[in-house]
Amino acid sequence: MTHAASVHHTSTGVDNRKLGFWTFIGSECLLFGSLISTYLVYKGRSVRGPTPEEILNIPITSLSTFDLLMSSLAMVLALAAVTRGDKIWARVWLATTALLGAIFLGFQAYEFTTFVHEGLTLQVNLFGSTFFVLTGFHGGHVAIGVIWLLTLLVRSFQGKLGPEKAMNVEVAGLYWHFVDVVWIVIFTVVYLLR
Amino acid sequence: MNEKQAHPGVGTYLAVAGMLTIITLVEVGVFYVPAFQKVLAPILITLSAAKFSLVVMFYMHLKSDHRLFTLIFTAPLLIAVAVAVALLFLFGVFALHTGA
Repeated sequence: MTHAASVHHTSTGVDNRKLGFWTFIGSECLLFGSLISTYLVYKGRSVRGPTPEEILNIPITSLSTFDLLMSSLAMVLALAAVTRGDKIWARVWLATTALLGAIFLGFQAYEFTTFVHEGLTLQVNLFGSTFFVLTGFHGGHVAIGVIWLLTLLVRSFQGKLGPEKAMNVEVAGLYWHFVDVVWIVIFTVVYLLR
Repeated sequence: MNEKQAHPGVGTYLAVAGMLTIITLVEVGVFYVPAFQKVLAPILITLSAAKFSLVVMFYMHLKSDHRLFTLIFTAPLLIAVAVAVALLFLFGVFALHTGA
C-alpha cells in the first residue's frame, strides 16, 4: 500500500498538516495527563459514597471498550480504501467507524444516567467530580470525532474524497486513534485498577 | 526515513485488532481472578501499555512514519507521565495505597 499523503515540498520533508496535527496530539497528551493525574491523586479520598467499587460496571464498560477498539480497525480500513480509490468501501468503513463511535457515546450516556440515578454526581464527592470530568472530556472528544467522520462521509458522497484527499482521512484517523488510546488508559486506570 | 513510507496492509490491521481483543479479554479476566489481586496493578499496566503501543505503532503508523512524528508525540507523552508520577508522590498516593 502506498502512503496516503499527497506530499508537498516542505523544509522538514514531512507534510505540514500531519506535523501540525501530531503537535496538537502532543498537547492533548498533556491535557489528558493532567486529568488522569487529578483522578489518581483524589482516588480513595472521598469522604462519602458512592465509591468506584460500588458503582462501576466492568462488563458493560468492557463492551464499550471493545466497541471503541473495533472502531479504530474500521478507521484504518477506511483510510486504506480511500488510498486505493475504493469509494464504496471507504463509505462503508467511515460509516462503520462513526456508528461505533456513536454506540460508544450511547454506552457512556447510559453509564452517566445510571450513575446519577444511583447518587453519583459531579458535586457529591471527589470520585464523582474527577470521574465525570475525565470521562466527560473523553466523551466530548469522541463526539467531535463522530461529527468529523460524518463530514468525511458527506464529502465522499459528494465525490470529493478521492485518493488525492487521503491525507484528510489520515489526519481524522490520527485523532480517532488518539481518542482510542486515551480510553485504553482510562479503562485500566479508572475501571480495572482498584 | 522519508515521508513516503508504506503503511501496513489490511492483514496487519486485522492481526492488530485480534491482539487488541485478546489483550482486553485477558485484562478483564485477570481483574476477576482473586489469585492475581496482589499483582493486578503491574499486570494491567503492562497489558494497557501493550495495547497503547500497538495502536500507536500500527494504526497511527508511527512504526513506519517519519521519526519526527515519534519525537513530537513521545516528548509530551513522557512529560505527562513524569508529571503524573511526580504528583502521585507529592500527594502521597503510593503511601496511601500501601497503608504506610
